[in-house]
Amino acid sequence: MASKISVKSKPIKPGDNGNYDLRLFVTGALPNSARAIINISSICEKYLKGNYKLEVIDIYQQPELALADDVIAVPMLIKKSPLPEARMAGDLSDTKTVLENLLIDDSKIHG
Amino acid sequence: MPAIKTQKALLQTKKAARFKLPKAQTGINGLDDIMFGGLPRDRPTLLLGETGCGKTLMAMEFVVNGIVKYNEPGIFVAFEEKKEELIMNVKSIGYDLERHIKDKMLHLEQIQVNRQEIIATGNYNIEGLFVRLSLAIKSIKAKRIVLDSLDALFYGFDYKTLRSEFKRLFSWLKEKKVTAIITAENGDSFLMRHGLEEYLADCVIVLDNRVTNQIVTRRLRIVKCRGSIHGINEYPFSIDAKGISVFPIGSEALQLKSSSKRISSGIQQLDEMLDNEGFYLGSSILISGTAGTGKTSISASFAHSICVAKKRCLFCAFEEAPNQVIRNMKSIGFNLDAMVKSGYLTFYYARPTLQNLELHFIAIREMINEIKPSVVVLDPITNLMTEGPNSDIRSMLTRFVDFLKTQEITVMFTAAITVGSIERNPSDEGISSMVDTWMMVQDIEMDSERFRSLCVMKSRGMMHSNKVQRFEISRRGITLSQLVSAENYTSAETKRIDKEQRNLSTSGTSNLHENSR
Repeated sequence: MASKISVKSKPIKPGDNGNYDLRLFVTGALPNSARAIINISSICEKYLKGNYKLEVIDIYQQPELALADDVIAVPMLIKKSPLPEARMAGDLSDTKTVLENLLIDDSKIHG
Repeated sequence: MPAIKTQKALLQTKKAARFKLPKAQTGINGLDDIMFGGLPRDRPTLLLGETGCGKTLMAMEFVVNGIVKYNEPGIFVAFEEKKEELIMNVKSIGYDLERHIKDKMLHLEQIQVNRQEIIATGNYNIEGLFVRLSLAIKSIKAKRIVLDSLDALFYGFDYKTLRSEFKRLFSWLKEKKVTAIITAENGDSFLMRHGLEEYLADCVIVLDNRVTNQIVTRRLRIVKCRGSIHGINEYPFSIDAKGISVFPIGSEALQLKSSSKRISSGIQQLDEMLDNEGFYLGSSILISGTAGTGKTSISASFAHSICVAKKRCLFCAFEEAPNQVIRNMKSIGFNLDAMVKSGYLTFYYARPTLQNLELHFIAIREMINEIKPSVVVLDPITNLMTEGPNSDIRSMLTRFVDFLKTQEITVMFTAAITVGSIERNPSDEGISSMVDTWMMVQDIEMDSERFRSLCVMKSRGMMHSNKVQRFEISRRGITLSQLVSAENYTSAETKRIDKEQRNLSTSGTSNLHENSR
């Protein structure tokens, strides 16, 4: 519980040892999925370089993993850590929302 | 007769030539009759209704009946309830879901839709659901699937996604060749708001809970069913310990049996009035009369004679408790108690206000299916009439009589009418035109003596007597006799003339008095 609060109140700056564990569920190479992969990759490279693990899961290939994580909407990005877990549906083109939910403080980078 | 035959033959050839949409039987009492076979096979059906209407139960019955009755494996996808809760909830109506799951005939899938999941960051779809359903369908080779409910699934989705995904879901289910039921809230839900169900679903069924006179009735209506005929009315249905029953009509009417066999009324003189043979087997009989004219006694005598002939009888008492009927009838020589003990006589006793009229009939129908009686007595039918408008009652009774006729069950109603309204009682009029045999019992007052009389008002298909007979109830039962003895014979006409003359003379004397003044 304590960790959750501390994470929330103190957004992680790039370079922090946050250990991002991300899972992206996609459906083959369909347009939405392809876009989502490109978007999250670029976000990770830009803001979380060297501090993340991104796993791309094709639910057609590994449906049991989708089951385990209760994935309905696709593409779906799940932030397993740092806690709290966050889920985002869509092709991740809305960068602002994605960063917000990944608890990345964008202003700190530019400012 | 030949005319009927050709018409029937025509109907059959027409039927054979016409393509019939394949159906998946629901196995729910009555529903398959209304749907003319069942739900459209391999297509999705939308089941709408407010909370507590029985959507989940009906959907569950569809799946379980598929497993038990038709050997079709099924999937139940719950978006709202937990697996364990669901299993517990339907245990009360005798469904052992755990066993079906073990036998690989049932797959319960619980899908949690997280509110937070709907943080949209761009375009998305619900392919994840399809993948899960595919897995489930493949694992047990499912033929039937239930999604309960759409509202929980699509909660929080934006309209654009909702609309396209909803459409995709339906066509996906069709592709998978599964017969599906998808439940959704009726009324102010997203479906109705956006008019989605109007064009997407091939079959729409609406469930409804209505309260009239403080009595709740559940009703079901088939809004549409593409490619198939279906009953269009609202049909009452009940949920009890055995699950759902819908009260059907219509389809049965074609198979009505019209027997030429006869059944004795149990009173020799009454049989004589009815062409010397009694009622037709499987006909409907009405006895109407004011209070205390002996309606219950006649029906009890009928029931007794049936039981003596070692046939079963169901006596539905809406006024007196069975014990009271038994005691009272003992006083006129009918030992009904022995009949109950030997199993030939069964009582159904319920206060009319206990539940809606239709539900009484559903309950009675279930008893009939169980004990298979050859005679059913309803005493008195008029007590039920307080429970709804007359038109409802009439249509309900018609359906009930239709049902009994298909089973070749003879039914006797009694109707209490109020003094002075013999001809004008609307409810009575409604029934009396419907029944095959109508008898009237009356109190007649003549020369400072009251006695009972009985006459046959109508009796279809036989030469019945037109006489008004005097009938007596004694310790040894019921006997009929000539109305008046020969010695003080006065016909209605002479009596009237006599009275007119007396009136004339009295008015004459009063005139005289005035003149003298």
